[in-house]
Amino acid sequence: MHNKGQILFGLAVFLVLMTFPLWYNAGNARQLPKPEKPKGYTQCVEDTQYMRTTHMKLLNDWRDNILRESGSRIGATKNGTEYLRSLQNGCMKCHASKKKFCDECHTYAAVKPYCWDCHISPKEAM
Amino acid sequence: MIEKALKGSKGYWAWMLFLLAIMGMGGMFYVQQFNYGLGITGMSRDVSWGVYISQFTFLVGVAAGGLMLVLPYYLHNYKAFGRITILGEFMAIAAVAMCLMFIIADLGQPMRALNVLLHPTPNSMLFWDMIVLNGYLFLNILCGWVVLHSEYKGIKYPHWVKPFIYLSIPWAISIHTVTAFLYCGLPGRHFWLTAILAPRFLSSAFAAGPALLMIIALIMKRTTKFDVGEVAKSKLVTIIGYAALLNFFFLACEFFVAYYSNIPGHKHTLEYLFWGLEHHGEVYNNLVPFMRGSLAMGFVGIPLLFFSRAKKSDGLLAASCVLIFLSLWIDKGLGLVLGGFVPNPLEHITEYYPTVPEVGITAAVWATGFFILTILYKTAIGVKLEKEIG
Amino acid sequence: MEKNRRDFLKIAGLSAIAGIGAPTAFNMLLRGEVHASSEGGHVTDPHAGGGTEVKTGKRLGMVIDVKKFVENPGLAERCIAACHTIHNVPDFGNKKDEIKWLWTEKFENTFPDHSQYKRHEALDEMPILTLCNHCDQPPCVRACPTKATFKRDDGVVAMDYHRCIGCRFCMAACPYGARSFNWRDPRGKDENGNPFIKTVNPEFPTRMRGVVEKCNLCVERLAFGKIPACVEEASAVGGMFFGDLNDSNSPVSQTLLHNFTIQRKPALGTLPSLFYII
Repeated sequence: MHNKGQILFGLAVFLVLMTFPLWYNAGNARQLPKPEKPKGYTQCVEDTQYMRTTHMKLLNDWRDNILRESGSRIGATKNGTEYLRSLQNGCMKCHASKKKFCDECHTYAAVKPYCWDCHISPKEAM
Repeated sequence: MIEKALKGSKGYWAWMLFLLAIMGMGGMFYVQQFNYGLGITGMSRDVSWGVYISQFTFLVGVAAGGLMLVLPYYLHNYKAFGRITILGEFMAIAAVAMCLMFIIADLGQPMRALNVLLHPTPNSMLFWDMIVLNGYLFLNILCGWVVLHSEYKGIKYPHWVKPFIYLSIPWAISIHTVTAFLYCGLPGRHFWLTAILAPRFLSSAFAAGPALLMIIALIMKRTTKFDVGEVAKSKLVTIIGYAALLNFFFLACEFFVAYYSNIPGHKHTLEYLFWGLEHHGEVYNNLVPFMRGSLAMGFVGIPLLFFSRAKKSDGLLAASCVLIFLSLWIDKGLGLVLGGFVPNPLEHITEYYPTVPEVGITAAVWATGFFILTILYKTAIGVKLEKEIG
Repeated sequence: MEKNRRDFLKIAGLSAIAGIGAPTAFNMLLRGEVHASSEGGHVTDPHAGGGTEVKTGKRLGMVIDVKKFVENPGLAERCIAACHTIHNVPDFGNKKDEIKWLWTEKFENTFPDHSQYKRHEALDEMPILTLCNHCDQPPCVRACPTKATFKRDDGVVAMDYHRCIGCRFCMAACPYGARSFNWRDPRGKDENGNPFIKTVNPEFPTRMRGVVEKCNLCVERLAFGKIPACVEEASAVGGMFFGDLNDSNSPVSQTLLHNFTIQRKPALGTLPSLFYII
C-alpha cells in the first residue's frame, strides 16, 4: 500500500474521533433520572406513561386551543379534580420545583426546552 | 465542472481569502447578535427595519436584473448575449443567496424560520416572497447549470430545460413585484403606499442588475481572457440607460404627486429624505446628503453611460456603471426602506444609524455573495474559454 | 441496456417524489389549516371608514373618555403601571429598545389625520392613552407570515409568542405604531444591575428576545370574567369603558350611544375597536 504510514495514522485518528462518545464517558454511567413527585396530590392531568410520552404535545395543544380557539382554561382530571390548563399556573402549582422535576429528566436526556425563557418557573418568582 | 474554481492565479486566491476573512469577521458578529438580540443593531421601535432588509430589497432587484439577459437571449434569440447570459443567471443565484442570508440575519428568532413553511399563510406577502425567492434560486441553478454543463460537454442543452428557462422570465418579474408588494400594501406607511412602487422597483432592478454585471464583465476582461463582446456591451448600455431613466422618471412622478397635491402626509417623507425635517426645534436630516448624492450620481452616470459608448471607453463605462449602481443602491436601500419609517405612524421622528456589528454582518453577507459569485463565474468562464478557444 | 437503466432511474425518482409528496399534500389539505382570515366572526361592509356591519358574534371594544384623564392627573400613569406590571413588560430605560403596550401621547400624535388648525387649547397638553386598537380588519394579521398574530373570534388581535419568528412585518404594517419588539432579553439587567422587569408577576410569562409584543386586551383576565387591568384602574372615575360592541346593553355600547366619539385614522378602513370621547 502506498503511504501506508500516513493512511494507517489517519485511519487511527478517524476511529478515535468517531468513537469519542463511547469511550469518553466510560465507567460514568449516569443515574436514571428521579423526578420528584409532588406531595399531597394523587392524580395528575393524565397518567404517567401518557405524560412521559406526550407532555410536550399536550402543552402545545393547550396553548393552541386556549389562545387561538378561546378554549377553556380549566380542565379536570379523571376523578374530577379541577386544574388550570397552564404550564406556569397549572403544572407548576403541583410540580412546584422545576429543578427537582422537569430538569431531572431533561438534563439526563440532554434536552433544553426553551419554555423557561418566557414562562416563569416557581423558584424564580422574585 | 466546478473544479475550474479550484485552480486560479495568486490574485484569485488572494481575493477569495479576503472574502473569507470578511465572512469570518461577520460570522463572529452574528454570534454576538444571536446571543444578545437584534438590539445590537441600530434598529429601534420606530425604525424596525434597517440595513438588513434594505440590502435584501435592493438585492432582489439585482437578482431580477438577470432577466434582462435571459429574455433577449432565450426568448428572442439574441445571439450576441451568448457569453453573457450565464453570467446574468449566476449573478441572480448569488444575489438571491444574499437575500436569503439577509432575511435570516434580520429575524428575531431565526431558529423558527421554518414556521413560514409549517404554517403557510397565503394572505401574507412574506409567505409569497419566500416561495418566489426560493423558486427563482432553484430555477437559476437548474437552468444555468444544465446549460453550462451541456456547453461543457459540447452538445446542445436538453429540450426539457426550455420550459424552466421560459418560466424564469415571468418569475423574475414576480420576485421583485412580490417584494414591492411587501411595502406597497401596508396602509399605515404613506411613503410606500403607492401603485408605482412595483414599477419603480422593477425599473431600478433592470438598471442596477445589468450595471453590476457590466462592472464585473469589465473586471473579467482585465483579469481573464473572457470578453463578453462589444455588441453585448452596447446592448447592455441601452438597457441600463433606459431603465435608469425610467426609474428617475418614476421618482419625479412621486415628487409631483406629493408636492402638487400638497398633502402633508405624502410630502413628509420626501421632505425628510431630501431636505430634512424640523420637529420641535430639532432638525432631522441624516439621510439628506445620501439622497442628494444619489440623485447627483444618477444624473451624471446616465449621460456618462451613453457618452462612454460613443467614445468606446471601458474606463468611462465602468465609472458610469459604478455611479448608476451606487445611486440606485442608495435610492432603494437607504431612501426607500428607512424613509418609510420616518415619520412613524404617530408622527414622531426617530433616526437610524447602523452599528458596527450590523455593518460587519452586512459586509459578511455581501462577501459571501461575492464568494459564491466568484466560484460560479470562474466555473462559467473556465468552461466557455475552454470550449471556444479549444 | 444503458437506456433501460436510465429510464428505470427516471421512473424511480418520480415515484419517490410522488410517494413522499402526495400524502403530505393530502394531510395539509385535510387538516384545513389555512385560516387566513382576519374577520372577527362577522361580515363587514366593503365600504371602509365605518359603514354598517352585519353583526354576529362577540366583538370586544373599548371607549376612552379623554377628559377624565385630564381631570384626574396621574390616572393615565396608574393605568399604564397596572398593565405593564401584570404583564411583565420590561423597561429598558432607552427609547431605542423601548417596549410599551399602553402609553400616552399628545392629541396631534394619536390623531394626526385630524385637523390641528385653530385647535381648541384644551387639547394642547391632553394625555391621550394610546394602545393597540384591536382592529376588525387588522393589517398586521394580514401581514404576518406565520399566523403568529391572529384575530380571535371575540375580536381580540392576539399574539402567539411561540410562533413569532421576529420578522417585524407586523410592526411595519400597523398604522398605529402599537407594536414593540424585544430587541434584547427582557429578563436582563442594566449596567447598575437593576432588572428590566422591576416586579415580576409570577402568574404571567415574560417574553424572550426576538419576538414582537403588544396589548393583548388582557385575555388572561377576560377568561375569568374580569375586565382589562387598565379599564379596571380607570373605572372608578369612568375613564374607560369595555365590553361587547355587538351587545347593545354592554357598558361600551351604551357609552357609544350617548357620546360623540372619534377613532384613529378611520380612512384606512381598519375598523378599530377603540373609541375616544374627546
